[in-house]
Amino acid sequence: MTAINVVVNGKSYTREVEPRLLLVDFIRDTLSLTGTNIACDTSQCGACTIHLDGQAVKSCTVLAVQADGSTLTTIEGLANGKLHPMQQAFWDQHGLQCGYCTPGMIMAAAKLVEENPEITEAEIRHGLEGNLCRCTGYQNIVAAVAQAAKA
Amino acid sequence: MTQALVGTSVKRKEDPRFIQGRGKYVANLQLPEMAYIAVKRSPYAHARIEAIDTRAAEAMAGVLAIFTGQELIDSGVGKLPCGWVVPGCKVPTRWPVVPVGDKVRHVGDSVAVVVATSPYIAEDAVEAIEVSYTPFAAVTDAKRAMQPGQPVLHDDIPNNLSYTWALGDRPTIEQALSASAHVIKLDLTNQRLIPNAMEPRAAVAQWNAATEEMTLWTTSQNPHPIRLLLSAFTLGIPEHKLRVISPDVGGGFGSKIFHYPEEIITPWVARKINRPVKWVASRSESFVTDSHGRDHVTHAELGLDAEGHITALLVETWADHGAYLSTFAPLIPTAFYHCLLSGLYKIPLIYGITYATLTNTVPVDAYRGAGRPEAAYVVERLIDLAARKLDLDPIAFRRHNFIQPEEFPYQTPVAMLYDSGDYNRLFDKAQELSSYSELVAAREAARAQGRLVGIGVSGCIEASGPAPSKVAGALGSAVGFWESSIVRVHPSGKVSVLTGSHTHGQGHETAFAQIVADQLGVPMEDIEVIHGDTAAIPFGMGTYGSRSMAVGGSAIVKSAEKVRKKMLKIAAHQLEAAEEDLTYDFNGGGVYVKGSPSQKKSFFDLSLGAYTAHNLPDGLEPGLEEQAFYDPANFTFPNSAHICQVEIDRATGEVSVQKYYAVDDVGNVINPMLVDGQIVGGIAQGIGQALWEYGAYDESGQLLSGTFMDYAMPRADVMPAIHTARTVTPSPHNPLGVKGAGEMGTIAATVAVAHAVMDALAPLGIRHLDMPFTAEKVWSAIQEAA
Ligand code: FES
Ligand code: FES
Repeated sequence: MTAINVVVNGKSYTREVEPRLLLVDFIRDTLSLTGTNIACDTSQCGACTIHLDGQAVKSCTVLAVQADGSTLTTIEGLANGKLHPMQQAFWDQHGLQCGYCTPGMIMAAAKLVEENPEITEAEIRHGLEGNLCRCTGYQNIVAAVAQAAKA
Repeated sequence: MTQALVGTSVKRKEDPRFIQGRGKYVANLQLPEMAYIAVKRSPYAHARIEAIDTRAAEAMAGVLAIFTGQELIDSGVGKLPCGWVVPGCKVPTRWPVVPVGDKVRHVGDSVAVVVATSPYIAEDAVEAIEVSYTPFAAVTDAKRAMQPGQPVLHDDIPNNLSYTWALGDRPTIEQALSASAHVIKLDLTNQRLIPNAMEPRAAVAQWNAATEEMTLWTTSQNPHPIRLLLSAFTLGIPEHKLRVISPDVGGGFGSKIFHYPEEIITPWVARKINRPVKWVASRSESFVTDSHGRDHVTHAELGLDAEGHITALLVETWADHGAYLSTFAPLIPTAFYHCLLSGLYKIPLIYGITYATLTNTVPVDAYRGAGRPEAAYVVERLIDLAARKLDLDPIAFRRHNFIQPEEFPYQTPVAMLYDSGDYNRLFDKAQELSSYSELVAAREAARAQGRLVGIGVSGCIEASGPAPSKVAGALGSAVGFWESSIVRVHPSGKVSVLTGSHTHGQGHETAFAQIVADQLGVPMEDIEVIHGDTAAIPFGMGTYGSRSMAVGGSAIVKSAEKVRKKMLKIAAHQLEAAEEDLTYDFNGGGVYVKGSPSQKKSFFDLSLGAYTAHNLPDGLEPGLEEQAFYDPANFTFPNSAHICQVEIDRATGEVSVQKYYAVDDVGNVINPMLVDGQIVGGIAQGIGQALWEYGAYDESGQLLSGTFMDYAMPRADVMPAIHTARTVTPSPHNPLGVKGAGEMGTIAATVAVAHAVMDALAPLGIRHLDMPFTAEKVWSAIQEAA
């Protein structure tokens, strides 16, 4: 077991973890922040996307020990008193159905827009290519990201 | 009655929890003292289990117990039943965990169960279990499976033939075909698909030793039927001691209808070790354990007379059911398939036969559309080839054979009685939306430049909203297909709507609330829709087959009407007026005497009054909640006209969908935003089948596309923008006038894209390719044609 310290959604946690523990399991099981979902075991679906030191990462591809000393934001920490523009846009544009891909989608999209406020539709589609959604056909997700980019 | 909300795009009530990461999915549950299950699975497609050595695994720290199949059987666990048994059907034996001495029959079949204090330890222990197998040759092809000399999966099922199902008179149809001016013949496959709901299946179980009650949380589209099967057939805990909860479920598409082994194993273990336990599928497990879809091999013939009218249709299909019969498997390639073979057309004579075979693959059952996409694909491929043969525009040829608006209700020769439709108007709209003639002109111009551009047209029908229970029973169903609801008005005037339908993305919490808001004249925020918990809701049949609005919604209308009637009775009594003299004010939420709105009882007065019971008419029971069961009189028949344009890169064979137009008639619409969402999401899955998705097995029974690296799911960057529009012919037989909207997109899109690809390749003399039209397949076909 190794002790790690992380700041998640503004709160500091020190925990003993197994070296092999995936960051996503640390977030979900150790910290009980179950908003971050898991939908694959080959790093392809993006359901587990969070922000790690300002970058959107798939938290199933990172070990908890690698996050030691880092600052994380998960879907639970995105809203700041009121919904983040990306959350609002997903709601407004019907960008979700079952909601399972949604936390990862919103976290990935929020970063995309932050990095490229003038984002085009093609860039949105390309930028979300690593996030799978089985329900929506992506159309309303793309519309949501476009709305949030304008917000 | 005033319709304030029905028909409008109300934003979803359920979304705030999902967008903030507060979804209540099964895998999120944490209970004190929870233990974790992992399942040891067969790496072989066909092998006998000779021995299982669990010693090393048992010795590992944190391993609580290991169970093998025989222990479950010895404790009284039953075989997984089939819920739809057609005449003559041989149902193979399927144990939740295969016992030693018996055979595993597909890669992923369960062999042993590990229980440990953490999921990581459980996985380690699974690796440490040693199983000795005697492997056998496997069979993975639906048609080959029934040929002599092939490996036999179940000793009591010769030739791997579970059943044969036929509809119509073959000699009559054959005669009509041979008398026809033209006969279009086609051999095709409808490839195996893997549903891949984004949430993997999961189960959590908690045993209460004091009360001997079991609670099971499971990722199901239909918790009550699952409870019934667990009680009566598999787990053996009586229904009144078993609570099944399907909380938020992350997509289903059919794959979460069925009764799965892990749903039995998890509560069985929880009782055995008297601790809460959790099982969550990894995606790799989902690929080899969730029921798959489609997988038909078909030969079909369509006859035409000299005027281009259809004379007869013959369809012969080999349907792969996989290693066992999944819960509703025999429904799919029988009634849900052959009974849809008339499409949008007048076809006087139809004969269809299905040979249902068993192979060393994952069981096949309903996947979005379930039989109906397979039927639409067969009919539409033939129609398209017929138009090509007669050198007619595909839409003109379709119109020539349409069932006409005045012919509804229309009795097809394959049992279905179509409720309503106007296929000409549907196609008028689709041609207008797509600027069809300009599309055609642009294609001609592109062709003149040597580009491979194609336009695809599909005209599809679906039978949605299963089903009249009597009809289902006659066709082999073990259950009825009505739906239940309770509208409960609380003393303070707030409303709970309890429904037997289950939402796993469809948006029922919003759409059902819209209906009740309009029925009772109460604001949306005062209504809560409750579903998915057998301890909270009346027995309900759940959600599949695009049935929730037509059947579940209709049950809610019935309940709400009863509530309204009772409120009128109470109001009449309290206002000392005759009921006929009262107006139910839907906008104001209350009841007043006609002509004198000041003599009024508000919704709140009446709700509270019903519970105080201080001033009720004689003989009227206190309280204000009404239950209704709605058994549909018929299916509903949504229909669609989709038109798309593709271009193929000659150098690589890559197909890109450039334009997509969808016009659907789903009857009346409760929430246009939700319907469009269903249609567009469905289209993505349809395009997925046409271009990328394939559950491919090799001859030894290994799944070649068992991860998202190999199984190509539609992604944001390859999906076109989709333009939708609607025509409306209300269904005459349900109170809302709605038809199903959940599956039409999938059914229609596969066909439209397939036709566009074939149209693009037609100038090269390519008549037919089987899906998926991957770059490699298309490139090879182009090379061969050159
Ligand atoms: S769970 Fe992390 S990418 Fe799929
Ligand atoms: S909303 Fe269901 S997977 Fe995206």
